[in-house]
Amino acid sequence: MAAVMRASAAYLPLLLLAIAWEAVARLNLVDSSALPPLSKVAVAWIDLVRGRELIDNGAASLYRGSVGLLLAIFGGGGLGLLMARWRLLDVFVNPLVELFYPLPKSALIPVTVLWLGFGDGSKILLIFLGCMIPVTIGAYNGARGSDHALVWSARSMGANRLRMMWDVIVPSALPELLNGIRTALALAFILLVSSELIVSQQGFGYLIGYLGSTGAYEGMYAVVLTVAFLGFAADRLYQLFIQWLLQWRE
Amino acid sequence: MRVTTEPASGGVETSGMSQIVIEGVRHLYRPPRGKPVLALEDVSLSVGTREFVALLGPSGCGKSTLLYLVGGFLPTEVGRIMVKGKPVSAPGPDRGIVFQHFALFPWKTVRANILYGLERQRMPRAEREKRAQSFIDLVGLTGFEDSYPSQLSGGMKQRTAIARTLAFDPDILLMDEPFGALDAQTRLLMQTELRNIWQRTPKTVIFVTHDVQEAVYLAERVAVMSARPGRVKAIIETKVDHRDPGVTRSKEFVEKVDQIWNLVREEAIKAQDKKPES
Repeated sequence: MAAVMRASAAYLPLLLLAIAWEAVARLNLVDSSALPPLSKVAVAWIDLVRGRELIDNGAASLYRGSVGLLLAIFGGGGLGLLMARWRLLDVFVNPLVELFYPLPKSALIPVTVLWLGFGDGSKILLIFLGCMIPVTIGAYNGARGSDHALVWSARSMGANRLRMMWDVIVPSALPELLNGIRTALALAFILLVSSELIVSQQGFGYLIGYLGSTGAYEGMYAVVLTVAFLGFAADRLYQLFIQWLLQWRE
Repeated sequence: MRVTTEPASGGVETSGMSQIVIEGVRHLYRPPRGKPVLALEDVSLSVGTREFVALLGPSGCGKSTLLYLVGGFLPTEVGRIMVKGKPVSAPGPDRGIVFQHFALFPWKTVRANILYGLERQRMPRAEREKRAQSFIDLVGLTGFEDSYPSQLSGGMKQRTAIARTLAFDPDILLMDEPFGALDAQTRLLMQTELRNIWQRTPKTVIFVTHDVQEAVYLAERVAVMSARPGRVKAIIETKVDHRDPGVTRSKEFVEKVDQIWNLVREEAIKAQDKKPES
């Protein structure tokens, strides 16, 4: 019970913000087209769900986001681990990673469209490229930091190189790799919505842009809040997953 | 109490029955940045089957490096190291190692750590579970099977590491300052325990330490190493009656410690002068 109280107390500021929002809009302190009351946003949300716009566009977005992110996790994780153990690859790829790191990935939106068109492919490629960087860096740093005494112990107990990689390097790299994936998760949402806003006929970003341009501001806010909530929930669930996976750490 | 029946070998002169033969080994340590350092220079040493030899020397004298060469973790570039008549080329389960900082897999429980070597040896499941439990019991960790290393004290971690290495039954035990990270009391208890374990399951042991008392108490022979570049300066038989619990207070023990300390002291002073950071 005390835990429930504490957990809800943490969200008290959010509740206050919601009340303030409603009050400001209802009292006409700001133009109601710029900030429609939250209650009307809620009604618009229900309409969007009933009309399936939110569901269909959401499904399209989640498909692109999860495929891009999964590719980035496996591609980037594998690349980072190999770079840490194989010098030649490190020498070739590390400068590329460093060059690509500070580039605003949204600048690649037109490039990916040029390559793969307006459909799912360009969004998946964009998310894959953008999210791969933090995952690669996490895996690389984590694997580089692995204790050589653990590597030697495994080898002296009869593990061959491949076995040792899987049994020692991967779990040693895991904490940093998982942090990299967390960054990638947030980045996936950003890249997803911004690419859909600019060039798409489907998805959350498209829906926000469409509703905004037709003056359906209640609906637009409803979609924005939905995306915000999904991002928050994904991060929370992911953190619980990390906690469960890394319970050996005290 | 069972005592080892194998006669302790006398060193180089009986190298015919030695299990480990180190001949003319020189090792250059190349740090990622900075100049290469000559860590070992013309080191020769033989260790007999089931003999307990301590490598004693000041810090930085290359005694751990020598151990890693025997383990096959570093390549031998000059000279040769033979184990059971074959040159060492890679790590192998005939040589188990125990590190100062335990090197337990932090993501595995005590039991899983000990099982790891047995799994790599492809021991059948029922057999390895039984064997793991018997070594958990041997080192007194019954009840902590499902604890993670982060939940254990330093002494318990090192017990786990020792059990893990003993469990896959290597002929040779390489110990790299295994009690160096423990507090003084735990250290004394662990020394006695290791001594008892060794008497029950005799193995060839090379034990690296910079503690003279520890070396004399545990080993049958002590190889004193010089400051960097490390060489074997002297080999001294301890001739201590290890079955006597009060041995560390005996006259012969104290004299032996004195004699070896005098040899080590000069080297320790030299080593201090050579340390660039101090």
